[in-house]
Amino acid sequence: MAKGSIVAGLLAPHPPHLVYAENPEQNEPTSEGGWEQLRWGYERLRESLSEVDYDCLVILSPHWQTYVGTHFLGVENFKSLSVDPVFPNLFRFHYDMKIDVELAQAIHDEAQGQGMSVKMMENPDFRVDYGTITSCHMVRPQWDKPIVAISSNRGNAYYSVEVMQEMMLELGRVTRKAIEDSGKRCVLIASNSLSHRHFTTESAVPEDMSVEHITSHAMHLWDMRIIELLRAGKSQQVVNEMPEFVEQAIAEADGGALTWMLSAIGMPEQEAILHGYGTIIGTGNAIMEWPCHAWSDA
Amino acid sequence: MNDVIVKSLVVPAHPHPLLVPEQNAGWQRIRDAYDEARKVVEESGADIIIIYSTLWPSIIGHQIQALPEAEWTLVDADFHDVGSIPYKLKIDAEFAEAWNQANHARGLDSRTVAYHGFPIDVGSVVALKLLNPNNDIPAVICSSNVYADRAETSVLAKSCLDALAATGKKAVAVSVMSLSNRMFTEPINPIDDRIHSQKDDEWNQKILELLSQGRLEDVAQLSRTIHNQIRVQKVVTFKPMWWLSAMNDNRNDLNGDVLAYEAIHGAGAGVIILDPTSSGQGDIEYDEDDVEVFAGERSVLANMENPETVTKSNSDIVHASSAPKPVGAYPHARREGDLLYLSGIGPRHPKDNSIPGGPIKSPEGESLEYDIKAQTRAVVDNLEIILKEAGSSLDKVIDVTSFLVNMERDFQGYNEVWAETLGKVGPTRTTLAISALPTPIAVEMKVIAKA
Repeated sequence: MAKGSIVAGLLAPHPPHLVYAENPEQNEPTSEGGWEQLRWGYERLRESLSEVDYDCLVILSPHWQTYVGTHFLGVENFKSLSVDPVFPNLFRFHYDMKIDVELAQAIHDEAQGQGMSVKMMENPDFRVDYGTITSCHMVRPQWDKPIVAISSNRGNAYYSVEVMQEMMLELGRVTRKAIEDSGKRCVLIASNSLSHRHFTTESAVPEDMSVEHITSHAMHLWDMRIIELLRAGKSQQVVNEMPEFVEQAIAEADGGALTWMLSAIGMPEQEAILHGYGTIIGTGNAIMEWPCHAWSDA
Repeated sequence: MNDVIVKSLVVPAHPHPLLVPEQNAGWQRIRDAYDEARKVVEESGADIIIIYSTLWPSIIGHQIQALPEAEWTLVDADFHDVGSIPYKLKIDAEFAEAWNQANHARGLDSRTVAYHGFPIDVGSVVALKLLNPNNDIPAVICSSNVYADRAETSVLAKSCLDALAATGKKAVAVSVMSLSNRMFTEPINPIDDRIHSQKDDEWNQKILELLSQGRLEDVAQLSRTIHNQIRVQKVVTFKPMWWLSAMNDNRNDLNGDVLAYEAIHGAGAGVIILDPTSSGQGDIEYDEDDVEVFAGERSVLANMENPETVTKSNSDIVHASSAPKPVGAYPHARREGDLLYLSGIGPRHPKDNSIPGGPIKSPEGESLEYDIKAQTRAVVDNLEIILKEAGSSLDKVIDVTSFLVNMERDFQGYNEVWAETLGKVGPTRTTLAISALPTPIAVEMKVIAKA
C-alpha cells in the first residue's frame, strides 16, 4: 500500500451566510446573493483543487464543541436537516454525507495511543454541526467525497490557548500519521474565521452588502497580520502569536482548527495561497490553501 | 412584587438524569428531585413555563422559540453514547410573539423562530421532558445572547413580565444551568462521579445556601464572581441568575428549597425551587444600574454613535445618589412632563441603612419599641434629598400618600411631624393603614411634586 498523504491544507470558514448566498437546492432559504468576494474566493479554491486527486476531506469544526475529549463521527452516513441555531433564517440545509469511518477510527486510535482523550460518535441520530456542513459544501458542493469530521475539544475554555495548542499540535501529528498509514490522500480543512467579533444586529435584507464591514480597525489589523504571516510561510509564528490573537481578536481559532491543520501539514514554511478575504456580519474570514501536493512533487 | 411568577426553578442541563439515572445514585437523586419539582409545577396553577436557555447562544439579540409543536430527536454533543432524546414540545407561539413585541417596546433586538428542525438545546429539552412530560403546560424558550450584559438581560426579563401582564398569564420561570460547570475532560465510570474540585463544591454550597434562604438577588450580584471562580469560560456566562432575579423583581426575600445537589460528570447540578411568597427577611443592596429600557449596543461596542438616544430614554429616571438605595429594582423617581412621581420613600438612613427611631421588629420577627416621630422626620428628610437631586424641592410637593403599619399607635406622632414639615407646604394628603412594609419600618410616603 502506498503511503497516504495530505494533499492540501485549507482555511475554510463556515459562516452559513455563504451557503445562503449560493442558493443551493439543499438550503431552504433563498437570497439575492451577497458576500461575493468570499464566494469568488471559494470558487478559486475549488478551481485550484479541481486537478488534485484525493480520497476524502478531514475537517475540524468549532461548532461541534466537546468538553470530554476529541470526538469523531463514526457512522457511515448522515442524512438529515441542519438548522443554524443562530441564523435559522439563513441556513436550513438538507444534508446527505458519507463518513470515512475507517480513517476516523484510525485517527482516533492513533490519538488514543498517544494518551489523548478521544471518543467515536456512533449514535445514528446525531445531527452534524452546521460548521462542518458549510465548509464542506463550499469546498466540495458535489458531496461526493467521504468526510472525517473531528470535534473541537474546548481546551482553551478549560485551560488556556497554550494548552489548547499543545493538544491540537499533537492531534495534528497523529492525524498525519494515521493518514500516511491509511494510504489515502486527504484534504484537511480548518473550519474557522479569523477575527470573530459579530455585529449584533442584522439588516432587514441579510445580504445587504452596504452594511457589511469589519467591526473595528483593530480586528482588521489582526486579520491582515495573520494573513500576511501565513502568506509568508510563517506558520510557526502564527502559532506563537495565537494567545494574543485569540484574546485581542476574539479569534475563532480558539477552537483549535487552524493549529491542528498547520501541525498536520508540518508547520509549513511554504507560502499559503490567499483565495479570498471578506467580512461576514463583521467577522473576518480568509480562504487560504496550502498546496502540499505541489511541495511533495517538487 | 409581581404576581405573575408563581414559581422559579433552577435545574441542571445534562441528559444523564433523563436517560441513565440508574447508573449513578446521585443522578437518580437529581431525577427524583426533578420528579418532585414536576409536581410543584403541576400544582402551581401556571399557564406557561418560561425557559431562559444557557445552552442556546444567540448573536442577533435574543431569539424566542415559537414553533407550536417542536419535534425532533436530539443527541447530546458530548454524551451521545447515553442515548437519543425524542421530543415533541408544545410551545406557546402566541406568548412568544407577545414577548418579542414587548422586547421591541423596551428597545431590545429580538425575534421569534419557528422552523421545523430547529436545534432546541439539550438543557431545555431535558428540563421540559422531566418537568412537563405530557405537555400539560405550554412552554416558551428564550436564547441567551452572548454579548448581553446585566442591563440587557434584566430588560429582557422585564419585557417578559410585561408580556405576562398583558396576556394575563401566570408563569413558572426556569433557568436551566449547571452551578459549577467544570466537567471531567475524560470519560469516567459513572459510579466515580463527583464534583470536579473542592473549590467548585464550596462555591456551589455557597450558592445553594443563598438560594435556600431565598436570596436570589444576592446570587445574581455574585454572578460575575461565580463565573470567574467556578465556570469554564464558555460563551454564555452565569447570566441566567440575572434573568431569574429580574423575573422576581430582584428580591432577596423569596422562599428557597434545594431539592437536590449532585455531580454530573464533575459539574454541579442542583434542583432548586424558589417560591415568591415573601419570607419576611432579606434586605437588598441593589447597587447596579436598574435599566428599564435597553438603549444601545452591548458593552463591547458601546453606543457612541447616538448618545442622545441613550440620554433621552433615561433622562426621566431619577436615581438620587445621596438618598438611601431603593429596596427593589425601581428608581427613586420619574419625571413626566412637569411632574415628579416618587416611589414610596421610607426612613432608612442614606449612609448606613439604619432606621432612625429604631426598627419595628427584630430579625427574628419579635416586635420592638420605636419612635414614630423620628421615623417620620427621616422620611421627610429623604424626600427632600430626592426632590433636591431631581431639581425640585419640598415646597413643590402637591400630593402625598402616607402608609402606616399601625394607625392606632402612630397616627398622632406622624401627624405632629407632618404639621411641622409638609403641613406647612400644604399638599393634599391620604393616610392609609397597611399590614406591612418590605423592611421593618413603620411609615412610608409616596409623593407627587412639581418638577
